[in-house]
Amino acid sequence: MEKQGWDGFEIGAMLRTFEGAVRDIATTLPENRPYSQSSSFTASVADWRIEKPLFNKDYCIDCQFCWVYCPDMSIISRDKKMIGIDFDHCKGCGICVQVCPTNPKSLLMFPEQKDEEAALAEWPKKEKKADAEVKED
Amino acid sequence: MADTIELRDIEVWDGNMAASQALRQVQVDVVAAYPITPSTPIVEGYAGFKANGYVDGEFVMTESEHGAMSCCIGAAAAGGRVATATSSQGFALMLETLYSASGMRLPIVLNLVNRAIGAPLNVNGDHSDMYMGRDSGWIQLGAYCPQEAYDLNFIAFKVSEDHDVRLPAIVNQDGFMTSHTAQGVHTLSDEAAYKFVGDYKPMNDMLDLDHPVTHGVQTEEDWHFEHKARQQHALMTAVIPKIEAAFDEFEKLTGRKYNLVETYNMDDAEVAVVCMGTSVETAREVAEEMRVNGVKAGVIGIRVFRPWPLEQIAAALKNVKAVGLLDRSSPHGAMGALYNEVAGSLFNTDTKAVLTNYIYGLGGRDLTKAHLVSIYTDLKANADAGKVTTPLQQYIGLRGPKLSFF
Repeated sequence: MEKQGWDGFEIGAMLRTFEGAVRDIATTLPENRPYSQSSSFTASVADWRIEKPLFNKDYCIDCQFCWVYCPDMSIISRDKKMIGIDFDHCKGCGICVQVCPTNPKSLLMFPEQKDEEAALAEWPKKEKKADAEVKED
Repeated sequence: MADTIELRDIEVWDGNMAASQALRQVQVDVVAAYPITPSTPIVEGYAGFKANGYVDGEFVMTESEHGAMSCCIGAAAAGGRVATATSSQGFALMLETLYSASGMRLPIVLNLVNRAIGAPLNVNGDHSDMYMGRDSGWIQLGAYCPQEAYDLNFIAFKVSEDHDVRLPAIVNQDGFMTSHTAQGVHTLSDEAAYKFVGDYKPMNDMLDLDHPVTHGVQTEEDWHFEHKARQQHALMTAVIPKIEAAFDEFEKLTGRKYNLVETYNMDDAEVAVVCMGTSVETAREVAEEMRVNGVKAGVIGIRVFRPWPLEQIAAALKNVKAVGLLDRSSPHGAMGALYNEVAGSLFNTDTKAVLTNYIYGLGGRDLTKAHLVSIYTDLKANADAGKVTTPLQQYIGLRGPKLSFF
């Protein structure tokens, strides 16, 4: 954002989330909200990430666990359908992968540079139940 | 709606009760506090008023003074009229959050009942805590008696909450000498007191849900300097005129006149002492007695310690030949703060007054009239000689060999 002089901004260590007044913000989709320049929504922190989660829709049951548990609201879900990951804000913590209940998991961590198609091609197969229980700690 | 109290025109109050009544009369929304001698009765008094239905606010008991000021910051950011009180070690524990409050431009009023800071542990009055806060970005007002502790609370809320100011304010009063000494205090009616300060007008409050804000953000080298400069600009340009306007309005309401720098017998004074708190009243009495003995003695009381009234100090000392700067805090390796501040105020002027520094009253040690007579006698000798005839910094009222420096 533009760097103003000492007299060019509002007083206080205070930043506004939105441009102007907002109403019913809870029912407004993020992409439709008037986020301000100073809101973290408009800033990418993708370079904080070393590993990234990738999503395989073939196994997803839309349980929404990842959406609920993500600490940075980086799981994009619409009408209770998981549709992807906000890679501008995901910091690669891996919680979504941990909480994913499907077999195999519908979210897995990969190195940041990993090609998505290559990752999907080598996605693990369904494991036998006994094995799965051993794996989950 | 809170019940009102029908006060007599003059009530017998100590400084703590006076401050507590002021918090009730301006209907503070949130007081978050942790008790510490000698300030405890202020917040205890507010809690009592709340329990008995005389205020509509909230009283929050916190786990420490750090928590108390943090809670005040949260309540002020949310959009309420907020106040608390503390002293000494408690103020020291608040110190980190004091900078947060001023940097976040939150108008909190803190009644600081001045007390020594240990070690050695000591509950009595000196100005160590006041001095500790002097770079924290808070407005600092000084009361010399319970009446002023009462009056200056109204001034503090009015100035602090002004949207051109939006800076927190400390009202200082001397531990025990003011806080626990009952005197006649001229009161305002509940209605007149509230009307003088007015309704709280929120600014960037978190409870304005249509305009969500993040308070207390992080900035690094790209923004921090600008924020601090803006704060300094407000302190240096906005606060003094607002305080003067509030003093004027208060005089119209009550007949009681306050000044940035209080001057007593200064019109023709050759020698003067500059001090704060209850010492001002003792010095005024001694100055009168010195005049009977032919010494043209005057007194300057600092009413507004921050922002420092540089121009007004320079004007008040313009024609004085010798000045004693009385610091009631151990400077720990330097000249006293009042010495340095006043020297800095006079240095680029035509005034060539001889300045000397006196350290007195630490940990509640009395400043007697005899001490002040000896100070004025020193100053008269300096004035007559036109130069310093004593050490620059002397300890007054100390046992053992005479202690002085430079």
